[in-house]
Amino acid sequence: MTTEQQSFSSEVARARTFRHTWWLVALAVIVVISTVRLYTGADRITAPGTLRAAIIGACPILLAGLGGLWAERAGIVNIGLEGQMLLGTWGAAFFAYHYGPLVGVLGAALMGLLGGLLHAIATVSFGVDHIISGVAINIVGLGAVGFLAKTTFDDLKGGGPRNLSGYDTPPEFTVPLVADGAKALADKHWFVVSDVAGAVAGVTTRLSLLTVLAFVLVGVTAWVLWRTSFGLRLRSCGENPQAAETLGINVYRYKYVAVLISGAFAGLGGAYLAMVASSSFTVGQTGGRGYIGLAAMIFGNWRPSGVLTGALMFGYTDGISLLSNSGALVHALLLLIAILLAVFAVIKVRTAERVTAAVVAALSVGGFVWYFSSDTVNASFTGMTPNVVTLFVLAVFSQRLRMPAADGEQYRRGGAG
Amino acid sequence: MSEPTAVEKAPAVKTATPAARRIIGSVVGGLLPPLVAVIGAMAVTSLVIVISGGSAADFLSTIFSMPNERVQLTIINQSAMLSISAIAAAICFRMNIFNIGVEGQYIVGSCAGAFFAGSGLVPGPLNILATLVVAAAAGAAYASIAGLLKVFRGVSEVISAIMLNYIALTMAGYLVTKYGQESGYTFTTERLPLDAQPLGFKIFPDAPGDVWALSSLAIILGIGYWFLISRTRFGFELRVTGESETAARASGVNVNKMRLIVMALSGAVAGLVWMPAYFGSVHTFGPPENFQAGLGFLGLAVALLGRNRTLGIFFGALLFAFLSGQSNALQSAGIAKDVIDITQGITVLAVVVAYEVVGRRRARAEAERVSRQLEAERQGATA
Repeated sequence: MTTEQQSFSSEVARARTFRHTWWLVALAVIVVISTVRLYTGADRITAPGTLRAAIIGACPILLAGLGGLWAERAGIVNIGLEGQMLLGTWGAAFFAYHYGPLVGVLGAALMGLLGGLLHAIATVSFGVDHIISGVAINIVGLGAVGFLAKTTFDDLKGGGPRNLSGYDTPPEFTVPLVADGAKALADKHWFVVSDVAGAVAGVTTRLSLLTVLAFVLVGVTAWVLWRTSFGLRLRSCGENPQAAETLGINVYRYKYVAVLISGAFAGLGGAYLAMVASSSFTVGQTGGRGYIGLAAMIFGNWRPSGVLTGALMFGYTDGISLLSNSGALVHALLLLIAILLAVFAVIKVRTAERVTAAVVAALSVGGFVWYFSSDTVNASFTGMTPNVVTLFVLAVFSQRLRMPAADGEQYRRGGAG
Repeated sequence: MSEPTAVEKAPAVKTATPAARRIIGSVVGGLLPPLVAVIGAMAVTSLVIVISGGSAADFLSTIFSMPNERVQLTIINQSAMLSISAIAAAICFRMNIFNIGVEGQYIVGSCAGAFFAGSGLVPGPLNILATLVVAAAAGAAYASIAGLLKVFRGVSEVISAIMLNYIALTMAGYLVTKYGQESGYTFTTERLPLDAQPLGFKIFPDAPGDVWALSSLAIILGIGYWFLISRTRFGFELRVTGESETAARASGVNVNKMRLIVMALSGAVAGLVWMPAYFGSVHTFGPPENFQAGLGFLGLAVALLGRNRTLGIFFGALLFAFLSGQSNALQSAGIAKDVIDITQGITVLAVVVAYEVVGRRRARAEAERVSRQLEAERQGATA
């Protein structure tokens, strides 16, 4: 008993130091960003407009990532996020056009949920390989959205065979005083202070209710999955379904609920794309963001806070690739990445991981060389940043990442005997 | 509960010889699921059309109408490319690896091949052969990234391949804009020299177009795949590893090495996917206009439909190419052609479900048979 308590309290202490370290790391990153901004003169790195674009880019990825988190925590890999998101874009446009923005958001969630239901039937009830089912759902999703758009939007005012505009979107609001104050502070371009102010201004200016919802859902997900008995049971289905079964948990039901929620979240991500990121619908609007959401989830080590970090990072690169004249901005970011890689290489040298250190150092040097030998970066490279970063993180941290133990495995009822 | 019926049925089944029973069983088990899946997918698609206010009769009659000669040619050529893509996927499937990266690998292969062929480094018809080698090597190299990450860093090949797919498309676009030439609104690689453009098979003298010369690659690769998997030691070891990694390891197979080789091999085949279209009609590379994306994902579906067997893949590819070929006719019948994607997706979903159900039923029947035999032996021993 005492040893157990001891190990528990030491674990709590370790968790506290861990949290402590993360705050320090975050602060250090901000300082580095600020230094790079001052050195390169690319003030747009942390300008309110850039950060607003980043948040708009982050939210769909965040919602998809949270959706992926729900499913994978219950042991179901959901590659079908992309298809479910696509269904969400159509649902948002269709229902918002006819019944207003609130029903639009609900309709998007419902369409995503239907995609999730298909995935749940295939993987939970029939025990089909999760990846196969997901790939099939993405094919179906794209086809269904193309078909539905042609059949339901072609004759509408503001509509066409592959697009629709002219529906109401969720309201936006600006936090009074805070937004203006932060904006003024950000425009001063002071060290660190203006960067933080830029972030505050970016968040508080023309904030969509759907953005608020996305961030609230991070907290809700964390609370439900880690602070309620329902969440504990759901996660147990992803860690060890046989053990869960012996404790009387209806594993199928939990997996179903998880995948349905997953689909609904992805659908909301689609709604965000069709209602906030843009005010019109087009077929194939997701452009692979469902997959990026999945990447954000893996980057975030299957945790809500990690998903948020990943989504913000990927959203930033997604957001700035849409800004006009982003070449110089990306060029400045190159220096930032090179510096961060160099720091990371030093850490790896200290922990005596020579091969990793050498590879990271080489990448860092490459970054520096690239930065100093060019004035601008082709915009098409920004688009693939999330993918490259994910690959890099997977390659370097794969041993540190811990996915649910029974993730992606087939589970049959009565298999515990 | 089901015991009495099983006992009743037993004598009737016994009249067939074991060999015949096995053949009938495998034919039923192999053909029934895809058939059921296709019918089911058609039914679901019809339902979707009816719900959205269309006519299912129009849909079915258009789909099952005889395509004209031009469309027939498209179907043959498309099914060739789908087959190659499916073979690439199947090589990995047989070893229980999910190569979702076929899509990216064939983009890389096509890009590298087109740049090389367009440069005309190798003169005349020899250029074709050299280009195929380059395309295959590029595909293999790209697939090896996922393979190496899996073997040395334990990264899931599915996730890394998805990332690599996007990187491939972006990089190809970048390279073409940077080193290609402007043609109209888009950029493309340099055009294929005329002396390296093979003549196709003109099977319909009146229709425009032909069966591309390199569509025959599908047949060559199909036979090669069959031979490799079922007639060589390498293929045997590959299948053993797919069935059970521990068993393979115990019998001396170096699983990691196998994984790298198989990934590279699959990538090499994937690199060739688009080559028939390149040499047959497009002669240049420049996504999105001068390239056909999406063959990789459809190839995965076809491999699943054909159960990773050469003949199955050919039939599956023909079916998918037929459906896609008919989609234009649908468009003129007033039905959005995207509906075919629904049919294809549902077919895949239904076929894997059907195989799963058949497999489970067969396993249960096997278990019952064994327990019946044991029971009979025990009774014989006591008597």
